This record gives sequence, structure tokens and C-alpha cells, in this order.
Amino acid sequence: MAKESRLHIPRPTARPGDEPDFSYLNLSPAGAVDKPGTDARVREIEHLSTGLIRVLDDDHSAKGPWNPNMEPADLQIALRWMLLNRVFDERMWQIQRQGRISFYMEALGEEAVSIGQAMALRHGDMCFPSYRNQGLYMYRGVKLVDMMCQCLSNTRDMCQGRQLPIMYHSKSGNVFSISGNLGTQYPHAVGWAMASAIKGEDHVAASWVGDGTTAEADFHHALTFAAVYQAPVILNVVNNQWAISTFQGTAGGERRPFAARGLGLGIPGLRVDGNDLLAIYSATLWAADRARRGGGPALIELVTYRGGAHSTSDDPSKYRPKHEWTDFPLGDPVERLKQHLISEGHWSDAKHEALTEELKSEVLAAWKEAQKYGTMTEGPWLDPATMFDDVYADPPKRLESQRRRMLETQRMNGDGGQG
Amino acid sequence: MAQMNMIEAIRSAHDIVMDRDPNVVVLGEDVGYFGGVFRCTDGLQRKYGEHRVIDAPIAEGGIIGAAIGMGVNGLRPVAEIQFADYIYPGFDQIVSELARLRYRTCGEFFSPVTIRTPCGGGIRGGQTHSQSPEGIFTHVSGIKVVMPSNPYDAKGLLISAIESDDPVVFFEPKRIYNGPFDGDPDKPAVSWSSHPKGEVPEGYYTVPLGEAEVARSGSELTIVTYGTLVHVAVAAAELTGVDAEVIDVRSLSPLDVTTLADSVKKTGRCLIAHEATRFSGYGAELAATLQKECFYYLEAPIGRVGGWDTPYPHAFEWQYFPGQRRMAAGIRRVMEAE
Repeated sequence: MAKESRLHIPRPTARPGDEPDFSYLNLSPAGAVDKPGTDARVREIEHLSTGLIRVLDDDHSAKGPWNPNMEPADLQIALRWMLLNRVFDERMWQIQRQGRISFYMEALGEEAVSIGQAMALRHGDMCFPSYRNQGLYMYRGVKLVDMMCQCLSNTRDMCQGRQLPIMYHSKSGNVFSISGNLGTQYPHAVGWAMASAIKGEDHVAASWVGDGTTAEADFHHALTFAAVYQAPVILNVVNNQWAISTFQGTAGGERRPFAARGLGLGIPGLRVDGNDLLAIYSATLWAADRARRGGGPALIELVTYRGGAHSTSDDPSKYRPKHEWTDFPLGDPVERLKQHLISEGHWSDAKHEALTEELKSEVLAAWKEAQKYGTMTEGPWLDPATMFDDVYADPPKRLESQRRRMLETQRMNGDGGQG
Repeated sequence: MAQMNMIEAIRSAHDIVMDRDPNVVVLGEDVGYFGGVFRCTDGLQRKYGEHRVIDAPIAEGGIIGAAIGMGVNGLRPVAEIQFADYIYPGFDQIVSELARLRYRTCGEFFSPVTIRTPCGGGIRGGQTHSQSPEGIFTHVSGIKVVMPSNPYDAKGLLISAIESDDPVVFFEPKRIYNGPFDGDPDKPAVSWSSHPKGEVPEGYYTVPLGEAEVARSGSELTIVTYGTLVHVAVAAAELTGVDAEVIDVRSLSPLDVTTLADSVKKTGRCLIAHEATRFSGYGAELAATLQKECFYYLEAPIGRVGGWDTPYPHAFEWQYFPGQRRMAAGIRRVMEAE
């Protein structure tokens, strides 16, 4: 390579030590984007993928055609769930740092996504989440203590110790299992939606990936199948700007928004303020209505920011400015909804403070209860022999003999059966 | 000589090869600015630039597919797949393309890609950060498969892999990145600094592909293994008091049958061990080969120890992981058999 490289290398606008620079984000004020009918043709609404659907303006008022005019009581409910998500994450992060669970991922700064979208969907609609969608499980009725027991791999763990912390599932809540591999759930959502259509039902499916995952082939498989069969599915891209150290430009976001990824296939795209609960709720309701009436899939990009580290194994100070989140022009979703409610006279700092304390107590109580079912260091313990269950519906004989062999090792050594 | 852990040894191998050959490029998720989630490529982008140490989109199929194309166009790509558990989206590119390109074009086209990927358990990584899929790749004709068990071999084998005109899948047992691990999680972690294989030359050297090594000499039984389990096997030999010879396969494909068979012929007994699930595992190939080569020398059926045939369970890591006790039980079974 004697000559100089001519390859284009995307670079983030700021690295550690630099001033945060979000000039690359195309922003517009609340109300700037029109709201077409749900029967609009894709070619008429391509601009929705490049604008920014917002309801909550910088002055915290709600405005524009996308304003869902939610009841104050519903907004207070939304605020409560978002705050619960945050308080829960704070506690679990702390618990991981104390070495009491092996791993955790927080949704800091992205709480409006799960809560706003969960509120816009019906219970019969199926959710195929990514690993930062814990809010979906909470909203769909999974108890905090059960989520904690999963993270503890204890005797009440829904995964019976088989999965890393946060890899929840809820059959009764219609929320699918988190895999741990990226984007694999996207085609599942499309297939579920195709089945809904085949069965003549009006349930829709929704799935979530991050901006980074849009590079995975499964993302493109999902879009193709969704478009070909006009599946009733809402495909969400949570653009939080960072995938571990991979910034959204390396994911392919430098020239066109992620919301526009489906246009070539005829899938309408909605680019939405991902820190604006009202806009998220409204856009999701629009996409769900469209899908339910047979209008096919929609792709929603939620523009937000990953406020924390990727996971407890990550150190973002190595690759991005420390205070980037506080400089993010779309702010903090919890704070924005809180300020909106206050400005409308339906909330106050005192109430917010009281709610926060109440939720902290709720989370603490759940944590106290969860530990009764076992921790990493204290019993009661899950029975290791259960690790051989559920590999098959109809297990081959060798699994039974391996189970016996493991139990013999356990008996011979009189302990947990360390290999 | 320098003291290096496996991460530093791997980084050093990259550095040496990149310095010697301007066609060597590195690509993968988080490998550039950040230096890799396990720090194996830390500092390389600062030294060799963004055009040779390339941060890739999160698309394993894309990374491997693009690496193949780069290799066809004269570069020598080293692709990192962040965890072996994430390699499957790239499987088609490896099996149908990378492995067969030379064959289907009668040698006109080839792509000398090295795919590095951390594998194995022992870090509480659950089923998506603990797998040992080497047997899936040794089954594919046209690729070489390597798994070092120590820093010295890691550097020497990686340089050989990168310089090889054949594609290589290079598995790095992540549990032993920072120190050898004998299978007992209750013992304090040990660093490579007290291990002879933590002594690594700073300059260029190679460990050839296709050569196994005797990790412990013995006379009563041969344990054929690789990766983390080399250390477990050595510990289990001490535990049982059986004078076992431990062979570190290192290069799974091509396989050094001679070194393995010579040892088994000497001891007359053989135990094969790997972390991967046992059924249809790489150990089955080893057992078939060794029984053919050593049939008249064997005093007992060849034994196998492996991971149980289940997905890797998060909470039961130490019941699942074939540690010293399972290895010792395996040794006793082979010793007691007539």
C-alpha cells in the first residue's frame, strides 16, 4: 500500500476530552411535522422518515398534530413507570457493583421508549424486545421481585439459572425472550405478525433493536419479509447513538436516518423524538392502527441517547465525552415529562420527590423479598440437575445418563457438584 | 523475553505482523479506537491508523464477507468476532465461501483471512458468552482451526495463522487471557507471570500450525486436550496421582497425529477432554483417529470428558464446566478399565 488510503472512515463528532457536538442531528421544533392519515401511501409520507416527530417542545408544552391529548392521569401513570424503570435500574446497577449479580444493563435516558410504546399497544400485541427494554416487562405485569430473581439466578428465577441477568421473558405478558444475540428477534416479530395475519387476527407485533444492530443481516431479513407480506409489525430502531464504542455513523447513520431504511422496500419510516413520551405514544399508535387495518409494517426510529454504559462490563469514558448525555439536545425523557406535567399544573417537584421515594421503597422491598429466594452466595439454591431439563421436549437417553453422572459427582463430594 | 499475558501476546503478534507486512489489516466491532472489548487490539489504531485497524459495523457476516473480499484484493485481513457465540451470522461466509474459494477456483482465488474469536466458559458469561464451537469449524474442509493454551503459543500461532495463505479460525479461551486456570473457581486467580509460558519474546517468532505439544510428561495415561482444559488436565493429574502425559493439541486442524499417537502408544491409555459439548464433539474425531493408530497398544477404551450436552447454563457454570473432578473421574475410569 504505497499510495495513501482513499477509504472513508466515519468518525464521531467528539471523543473523550472534546466538547460534545450533536450538530449532526437533524432537529426540528415540536409541531413541525404533519400527521397524515394511517391510510396514506408510502410515497406521500417519505418525509416522516427525515423530519423529527415531536410533541413536547423545548418549553415543555405539548403541541402540533401528533399531540395525542392524553389525560393527565395517564401521563402521571407514564411518568410513574418511567421513573420506576430508572429507580429499578439504579438499584440493580448498584447491586451488580457490589458483586451480588453477575451482570446488568440499564436503560438510562431511554425509558420513554419502552413505556410510551407499551402504552400505545394492546395486550394482545406481541413484543419482541432488545436488552434495554426492561420497561416493557414491567408495564406488561412482570413483578419487580421476579425480574430481580431472574438477575439473581435464584430458586424463583423464571429462567432457572440458564440465562444471564436481564434476559427475561413473559409468556403471560406477551413479551418474548431476550436472546443475548443481536437482532435475532426482528425476523421473529415479522413471522409472528405474518401468523397473526394468516389466522385472520388483528394483533400486531412490535420489535426493538439499537442503531448498531441495523447492520446485522437479521434486520434486513425482517424488513424484506415485512414488506413482501405486508406484515402487521412495528419495527423500532432505538437510535441511542452508541453501540458499545460503535457510534451511529459506523452503523451506517451518517447520510440517511435509520427511519429511512425501509423506504426502498416501501415501508414507511417515522423518525421520532425518543425522549418525548407523547410523540412516541402517538407515533406508535399511528403505526399500530395502520398495521391493524391491513396497511402493513412501519419502521420507527427513536432518536435518543444511551445515558449510561453499554453494560456493567463497559467503560464509555474510553471512547466518548463524559458529559455527552447532559448535553444531548433532546434532554432527559423523565425530566421532560415531569416538566410538562408541572407546566400544565398536574404535577409538582414535591409530588415527584414523594413518588421517587415511594418507588425506591417499592424496589427495596422487592429486593429484600428476592433475596429470600436465594442469592449468588446464600441459599436456597436451584437444583443443578434441572440444567438438563428443556433441552428437548423428548430428551435423548444420553442427557439422563449425564444427569446421573453429575449427581454422582455431587454425592461423592457432598457439595454443589462442581465439575 | 518479556512477561506477557495472553492479551498482550496477541496484541504483540498483531503489532509484529502489521509492522512487517503493510497488507495486514484488522477489522471488527470495537477493535479500533476502543481497542477491543478484551483489549487485544489496544493501541494498534493509534500506531497503524484508522485505515488499517478498522471499526466495523455490528454485522459478523459483513465483517467476514468483507474480509474475504479484502483478502481477494491482496490484503491480509485479521477479523475479530467479539465472542465465538456471535460467529454464527458469519457462518455461511466461512463455510460456503472462505473455506472453498481456493478449491472452486482451482487455486486462482484465495483469501488468507484469520478470524480471531474469544471462546469458552468460566467467566459467568451465560449461554451467549461461553460457547466452544470449534468442532463446528474443524468439520469444514478448507479452513484451519487453532486454539492456544498460553501466551507463548498464542503469539507464535497467531503470527503463523496470519501468515498462512489458508484461512484460519483462531479461538482464544477467554478464561485464560489473564492467567492459567486449573478449573477450581474457588482458588484465587493466578497470573501468567509465574508460568513459564508467560515468558514471551518481544520480537518475531512462530509456532507452526499442525504441531501438538507435550504440556506434561507422564507414563501411565495420555490426556489429549487443548485450551483452558490443558491446565485442568495437569491439575487433575496431580490430584489423582496418576502419572498422566498431557498433550496440548494447539492446532486442531491440521492435526499432529504423530505426537498424539506416539504418546498413546507409550502409555496405552487415553482420555480426551474438551469444554465443548461431548456429543459429536471434536473429541470424537480424536478418539476415532487414535483408536485406529493405537489399537494394538490400547489397554482400555479411550475415554472422553466434555461439557454436558446442554446449552451453557449461567448459574450452573461450575457444575457444567468439566473441571478437575470430572477430569479426575475420567482418568480413573480409563485407568480402571481392563
